[in-house]
Amino acid sequence: MQEFVFLVAAIIVLAGSVGVLLAKNPVHAALFLIQTLFGVAVLFLIVEAHFLAAIQVIVYAGAIVILFLFVIMLLGVDKSEDLSVDPIVGQRPLAFLSGGAILGLLLALLNTVDPIEPLPSADPARALDRTDASGQRVADVNQLAETIFGEHVLAFEITGLLLTVAVVGAVVMARKISGDLQPVPESALAASVGLEETSDDDAEPADAGEGDA
Amino acid sequence: MMTIAQQAYLEDFDWTSLDLLFLVVKVVLIFTMLLVSVMLMVWFERKVVSDMQNRIGPDVAGPWGILQTLADGIKLFFKEDLTPDNSDRFVFKLAPYLSLIPAFLMFSIVPIGGNFQDGGDGSVEIFGRTTFLQLVDPPMGILVFLAMSGLGIYGVMLAGWSSGSKYPLLGSVRATAQMVSYEAALGLSLAAVLLESGSLSTNQIVQEQVDGYWNVLSLGIIPFIIFLIAGTAELNRPPFDLVEAEQELVGGFHTEYSSLRFSLFFLAEFMNVVTMAAIIVTLFFGGPDGPILWDTISWFWPILWFFLKVVVFLFTFVWFRATLPRLRYDQLMDLGWKILIPAALFWFLLLAGIRVGRDADWNPAAILIIGISVMTLLFAALFRAVRMAQEARAESDLVEYG
Repeated sequence: MQEFVFLVAAIIVLAGSVGVLLAKNPVHAALFLIQTLFGVAVLFLIVEAHFLAAIQVIVYAGAIVILFLFVIMLLGVDKSEDLSVDPIVGQRPLAFLSGGAILGLLLALLNTVDPIEPLPSADPARALDRTDASGQRVADVNQLAETIFGEHVLAFEITGLLLTVAVVGAVVMARKISGDLQPVPESALAASVGLEETSDDDAEPADAGEGDA
Repeated sequence: MMTIAQQAYLEDFDWTSLDLLFLVVKVVLIFTMLLVSVMLMVWFERKVVSDMQNRIGPDVAGPWGILQTLADGIKLFFKEDLTPDNSDRFVFKLAPYLSLIPAFLMFSIVPIGGNFQDGGDGSVEIFGRTTFLQLVDPPMGILVFLAMSGLGIYGVMLAGWSSGSKYPLLGSVRATAQMVSYEAALGLSLAAVLLESGSLSTNQIVQEQVDGYWNVLSLGIIPFIIFLIAGTAELNRPPFDLVEAEQELVGGFHTEYSSLRFSLFFLAEFMNVVTMAAIIVTLFFGGPDGPILWDTISWFWPILWFFLKVVVFLFTFVWFRATLPRLRYDQLMDLGWKILIPAALFWFLLLAGIRVGRDADWNPAAILIIGISVMTLLFAALFRAVRMAQEARAESDLVEYG
């Protein structure tokens, strides 16, 4: 049963990834990406990482790809792109090269680790299938929580801080800059013809504009 | 955490024998129940709204017009199915199903009955089989609800985009922004419930409420209120129905849809309403919890209590629609991001603080007072910051445009 589910999920993942690469329309590519993410969620389910599977769907399919689509729709790039034009010269050979390098690394890694043997777990208290005092299997949520908020709490907090900084940075960059640096909007210029020479002082054009009106 | 009963259920599951048949029967039953409840919900909504507006409402098809939805469905079925020339055909045809399937799957985690009293685990015996009165009780439990409501957005979004027309696109862009925003508040108020129950499984969440108090009381009323508001917004129902604001966007994302495809959207929308009411009851009102009045039909009472509670919330949703005017877009975003999300976060932190304090034997009254005063201070600071930003923006607009 497990092998069958894995096979189906793997086909879904692979078909989705190929679709992302080959789809001409960015929206279709995003839809194929969702398919891939779903397949990965099923793969998580097979190894009983239920929480990861749910989070995969909630975060990636439910939020991130939605934002991709949002940007694609708002920017109006949802027309078919001309794939024969290479926007950055030499980008394609480099992509093939790095893709091949990653594939080689993965194959080399697979060769060094015997896939039949389970990965050695030094500490039995951290084994994936351990049970708690009442004999119940410890759920993957609890295991994740212990790892993230126990062992790696510092790294977790720093990541959180980094994300906060990124969000604040994005908001600051998206804001309108008021002050000396701001160019006068075209509409204001059109309303007050002949006042370009005072445009570096932000108080004057407003007064002049009021006078005109 | 996975209960022993669940583990046994999964490991003993025999894919070839009667177990599979049993599962199929359960699926069909829940499916039918949802469809019938949607039919009744549409009728109920029209009747209640017409009562509130001093009209009669549907009264021709069947007694009290109860078959009106059925008649409407048949009418839609025989209408012409149009596909706009400008549309992206495949996505246009796919979108209604992307709306409908998550709506169906969401209900599968709701426990609709079962005796939780006196240490019962909510299981019942049917034909010599022990089962829960819910389709599945996966270890990720309530997260299925969040995942499915996240996926439901795709139906709306792609429907609007693939129509190849501007009003549907505007509707779908609004919908996406709204649903993604309110999902954050929804998830954060849900986190408070999970903190209390210590489990993701809906069965455990109900269990914990039967053993103690209903979550609406034990969490303070705030998470429930946030969940109710965010849930209404997530459903795109009035007063948050900017997605299909008829006066501005013709019909919103489904303007170009007709016939059966339109009815699929309609079905998904009302199914989500029923499911949201059921989820609210499960999370905050003890699910099927209630007194067992006569022991002879003890299986009947939990189901009755569950359905009565759900009807109360269905009525609330209709009531919202009949009484509240639609929010403006900026009000909608302000409510979501500046009030609901901070409030849900603060309340979550307060509840976590109380739990830590309980373990460490701190004075509970002190935690409560300090927590709430810190909360008030932070909220005051937040509103002050928002006010200052608004004033600064108004001033700079004045300078720019005179």
